Amino acid sequence: MKRVILDYKKVDLMLTRMCHELVEKHNSFENSAIIALQPRGILLGNAIKNKLKELFNVDATYGELDTTFHRDDFRRTNKPLIPNAMTMNFPIEGKHLIIIDDVLFTGRSIRAALDAINDYGRPASVELLTLINRKYKREVPIHPDYIGEHVDSRTDDFVKVDWKEEQCKIWIITEEEK
Amino acid sequence: MSLLSTKHLLGIKDISSQDIDLIFKTADNFKQVINRPIKKVPTLRDVTIANVFFENSTRTKISFELAEKRLSADVVNFSSSSSSVKKGETLIDTVNNILAMKVDMVVMRHPAPGAHQFLARHIDANIVNAGDGTHEHPTQALLDAYSLREKLTNLKDKKIAIVGDILHSRVALSNIYCLQKLGAKVRVCGPPTLLPKHIESLGIEASYNLKETLEWCDAANMLRIQLERQEDKYFPSLREYSLQYGVTMDVLNKLSKKIILMHPGPINRGVEITSEVADSNQSIILNQVENGVAIRMAILYLLAGSSSEE
Repeated sequence: MKRVILDYKKVDLMLTRMCHELVEKHNSFENSAIIALQPRGILLGNAIKNKLKELFNVDATYGELDTTFHRDDFRRTNKPLIPNAMTMNFPIEGKHLIIIDDVLFTGRSIRAALDAINDYGRPASVELLTLINRKYKREVPIHPDYIGEHVDSRTDDFVKVDWKEEQCKIWIITEEEK
Repeated sequence: MSLLSTKHLLGIKDISSQDIDLIFKTADNFKQVINRPIKKVPTLRDVTIANVFFENSTRTKISFELAEKRLSADVVNFSSSSSSVKKGETLIDTVNNILAMKVDMVVMRHPAPGAHQFLARHIDANIVNAGDGTHEHPTQALLDAYSLREKLTNLKDKKIAIVGDILHSRVALSNIYCLQKLGAKVRVCGPPTLLPKHIESLGIEASYNLKETLEWCDAANMLRIQLERQEDKYFPSLREYSLQYGVTMDVLNKLSKKIILMHPGPINRGVEITSEVADSNQSIILNQVENGVAIRMAILYLLAGSSSEE
């Protein structure tokens, strides 16, 4: 079974709300930066970056981070682990970072991202922004700071954030349909 | 995990052009890794790699060792000059003894062509060929092609010359296979005594004329004269060789275009190329060395990933 749980109208409201929260804390982003996670956090990262510009005229420093080499399931999964491109063209030393990913589920990607960030230096702080916070299957003690929506789906469901032309719909797909 | 089509890297002949593309794409990521403040990732932290060198090596061995350490693998080094091989131990016994200590991958250089194929049939570990006699040197060919691709964007229909001691060179054979799989046109050039008979049967051109070859090509890979493998005299003297087949600034300046020059090292300065040429902006010799680490990281990463399939 496949059903849409959020359409873009709702998502757009969430993005706007989260941008307000970000600016409330980080002001003009002078000493803050956004780091979107490859592969699926990129579109959300860009949407947040554009929204910050549109609403507050804030040019946030923006990077894209790939965590493949820091994952804990290398040689333990049958899925191919192909790395993605990274663009981290700024020093993160002493900066307040906001990691962006679309869906937070087990938390393992974020753990890998925290490790990957360390390779670039020591940030002043790291926060997490996620569009969907899935409950019930967190495997590491990680909690988001900015949340679009909580989703209480079955652990074997699949939550898909489907971006088309900078707009997205969010689906829940049950096991048989994946 | 079906990443590469093979569990071992024995030679370029056995891998597909898709494999080469995947290795290049992965190497792009590792090149980013080795150019940032902390040049290390924890990916292979549970993998042990043995570097088994039955022949001398500086560049390849250091490059492999750096690649392994930057992937956080545990590394053991073995060289035949200080081992039980001197006491008469066979290759398979030596390697099996190393594997009994729970080693996952073996990087080997051996003077006998085909030693790696033999080993791959008998032992259960990923094997990477770091050179087997005069047969293949796949990682060198991959880093050569990768470095060329950085300069020329795409190797399709590009003209690449391989110049010098083709007869004794494992780099030449691997380069020919690799460049052909990427769609390049290849020509070998050297004195008749150093070109193997029937080399054209590989689908390449052969020439004895250096100046005409340099005029034809977009890039030239200058191979080392391998005096240690030459039991007979193949040319009257090194001086005569360098007069006929050595590249000088004078030769380069007379060409109608700027070509790229490569050398797999170690260079006999003043023989294959002069110091001036080696250090000029047309030479990409040091790019080759830098890319060597990224390419080897990519190969070890992809092979280690593929072994989880079983």
